[in-house]
Amino acid sequence: MSKIHVQTIVNRDPVEFLADPRETLLDCLRDHLGLTGSKEGCGTGDCGACSVTVDGTLISSCLMLGVEAGGKSIETIEGMAQGEDLHPLQRKFIEHAAFQCGYCTPGILVAAKNLLEKNPSPTETEVRYWLAGNLCRCTGYDKIIRAVMDAAEEMRGAA
Amino acid sequence: MSVARPLPHDAAREHVSGKARYIDDIPTPSNTLHLAFGLSTIAKGTISQMDLSDVLAAKGVVAVLTAKDLPFANDVSPSAHDEPMLATDEVHYVGQPVFMVIATSHTHARHAARLAKVTYSETTPILTIEEALAANSRFEDGPRIYTSGDPQTALISAPNRLQGSVDLGGQEHFYLEGQAALALPQEDAEMVIHSSTQHPTEIQHKVAEALGVAMHEVRVEVRRMGGGFGGKESQGNALACACAIAARLTGRPCKMRYDRDDDMIITGKRHDFRITYDVAFDDTGRISAVDFIHYARCGWAQDLSLPVADRAMLHADNGYHIPHMRIESHRLKTNTQSATAFRGFGGPQGVFGIEYVLDHVARATGLDPLIVRQRNFYHDSTPATATQSTHYGQKVDDFCLNALTDKLLASADYSTRRAEISQWNATSPILKRGIAYSPVKFGISFTLTHLNQAGALVHVYQDGSIRMNHGGTEMGQGLFQKTAQVAASRFGVPVSQVKITATDTAKVPNTSATAASSGSDLNGMAVQAACDTIRSNMSGFLATHFGTAKDQIGFENGQVLIGHDNTMSFQDAAKLCYENRISLSSTGFYKTPDIEWDRIKGQGRPFYYFAYGAAITEVVIDTLTGEYKILRADLLHDAGNSLNPALDIGQVQGAYVQGSGWLTSEELVWDDAGRLRTHAPSTYKIPATADRPKVFNTALFENENQQATIYRSKAVGEPPFMLGISTFLAISDAIANAGVGVPMLTAPATPENVLLALTQG
Repeated sequence: MSKIHVQTIVNRDPVEFLADPRETLLDCLRDHLGLTGSKEGCGTGDCGACSVTVDGTLISSCLMLGVEAGGKSIETIEGMAQGEDLHPLQRKFIEHAAFQCGYCTPGILVAAKNLLEKNPSPTETEVRYWLAGNLCRCTGYDKIIRAVMDAAEEMRGAA
Repeated sequence: MSVARPLPHDAAREHVSGKARYIDDIPTPSNTLHLAFGLSTIAKGTISQMDLSDVLAAKGVVAVLTAKDLPFANDVSPSAHDEPMLATDEVHYVGQPVFMVIATSHTHARHAARLAKVTYSETTPILTIEEALAANSRFEDGPRIYTSGDPQTALISAPNRLQGSVDLGGQEHFYLEGQAALALPQEDAEMVIHSSTQHPTEIQHKVAEALGVAMHEVRVEVRRMGGGFGGKESQGNALACACAIAARLTGRPCKMRYDRDDDMIITGKRHDFRITYDVAFDDTGRISAVDFIHYARCGWAQDLSLPVADRAMLHADNGYHIPHMRIESHRLKTNTQSATAFRGFGGPQGVFGIEYVLDHVARATGLDPLIVRQRNFYHDSTPATATQSTHYGQKVDDFCLNALTDKLLASADYSTRRAEISQWNATSPILKRGIAYSPVKFGISFTLTHLNQAGALVHVYQDGSIRMNHGGTEMGQGLFQKTAQVAASRFGVPVSQVKITATDTAKVPNTSATAASSGSDLNGMAVQAACDTIRSNMSGFLATHFGTAKDQIGFENGQVLIGHDNTMSFQDAAKLCYENRISLSSTGFYKTPDIEWDRIKGQGRPFYYFAYGAAITEVVIDTLTGEYKILRADLLHDAGNSLNPALDIGQVQGAYVQGSGWLTSEELVWDDAGRLRTHAPSTYKIPATADRPKVFNTALFENENQQATIYRSKAVGEPPFMLGISTFLAISDAIANAGVGVPMLTAPATPENVLLALTQG
């Protein structure tokens, strides 16, 4: 099958790549663009390790084809920090020791950032349910929830 | 000093930026090939015909290998040599690798692996405990039996006696990063392997066998794993060997990672158990004797099943002094995945057995299950109390569960809440709440005594920076940060001055798996030994150079103190030592003292010490649907003098949730043909954010290790896993509160099983 030329915007930069039409967006990010921060945990949209946003919508990048990304704007974990300045969520995850093996962390951060953009003052229940599609096998989630709540509070203060 | 501080995990910044590399993230040369296994579709039989022509003709396929194409060893077992990497004539379970595909992409390899036409001559598989017993299908020639006292007489003469049986499901590790390996052929016979493994030395050993070379030709590097939990102690061997063989044959780098479904279908899991019991007790709930039978379903190959089943026997007492005990352990061979190491390594099954018995005794006597537990505890160790021994003859001389429990009962407000729950239940016909306490006493050391050793390699450079390496692997538990804190403390420098480096068999040889919770205990001590050799070299020289005594040289706050009034920066001291030709590099070695164990007799001191903890969990169940929620959990755990409280609390919380998952939502289902039907997160449910307890209080119990471990800390990886048993007991309590006299709840307590237990009453 011939490859398709895809033009898109990733982390605010225009990029282009050649994709096999059967490749997922996750494969394209990882294999064609070298953005390996998004992980494959299950390949079936159930674990959230590959979470990215497409035009502001949170998706599992293992469930979207790379060619569908044409003309859209994609945000991944690699675009979260502004240069050397970490996003408040990233800082709070370090402060609260909210990860262990770290494999689920990029997906959770992308999902949490998306939540706070839509809802700057989530309740703890809202955080839990928003992140229900992001599995973590190490932490037991407590520190993750605390870190997100803490980051939300700091961001509200700064706004 | 750096130790005992809640410093963040190593590589924290890389983790939150998506820059921390796992195997599949390592940049590879463009000619890298990708592998996939073709899997058996039947549980037992022989291969009558294998037509792989369509596989070979598929797009991107470079080669297809079967067992007869392998140049050297076809074995990926940890020790028993009973686990061919590719099936020879016989197949033993659905999912067993039968051939391997080498292709230009991961997708091409997986796609091609589905195109084989394999015909089998099927025979009836042995899938269940009953079938294995009927066929006498087992490892070892008969059951192992450990006995203490005279259980038969005690059972006959006791005022009360009960029998029962409980089934206890297995557990999928569900490390978020699946199994993965990458092999890079070097210019001569050397092979470099990157593997997601807890046991680099075993990978090195198995790859050397697979390539027909000496171990010195194989270098294994492990920077980190995306979770291990025991699932990467032996289960990575097949991928590393396959990659090495393919890389040697093609001369090209080869990578293999299991897709999640393949991972769950191919690899081993926690052993599921059936435990039967016969218990003798008096009217106060004091137990005089228990006779247990453990039936462990081990799967098709031996793997680590013998030490796992042994550890279950060693933990059949948990925190209770039971004068007369007998445990009979059957290690059953079945046509399913080869069950393997999983956090606790049989300990959780052993502990679950006695906790289930204690609940049964409490219900039979009408006593609070907590009181029954407290009455059966070992004595807390003080000079005044005679030391009691376990059923395998080890003195329990560091027991602290009485004091620890009192502290937890107070902080969790147990008595008030239990009364309040009882009142609330009286007014609530449909929803019922339950509360339960459970403790853990967990033995620390590998029961195979020779594994209790570790090595380290430390360099101090002339600019004062330090590079540290040891045989332990990082899987998220924070070992690298803890050992870096040890190194920084020995030299009195900030931890940022210590560079953490990937585990590498070329730097530290002959390592044990990072397992048995031993990572910090063993590697921390080895790092300390290496640092202290260098420190001694530096002190000896500086004392002579400045005309003072060696014991007048101190290392703290980034300074080297020389006598009473002279100091210099660590950096200047390193430079001065270098210029005076002082060795600034050393290996370090440690072996755990004072342990010896005879696993056949079941006697000795297998453990250097015990780690303790306790939990109180409150749940609410819906008696119409069997659904439940954890309302509150209070955990108090003994990590000795914690090397890093932030990391240790993380371990305790994560272990509790993982242990709760094992006994609640995580259900493995095999069908009658031996096919695992729960092979993806769509059907196999690990706890998610919404399952975390609504109120979650976690604390460390201050309790300096009596043994001379690294900074008197205690191992913390596995012990708190068993705190999750309190969740199961709380659900059982809620069922009892719904009017069921003695709930016969099966683990995992899925809503279906909860409903079943409710209707049995």
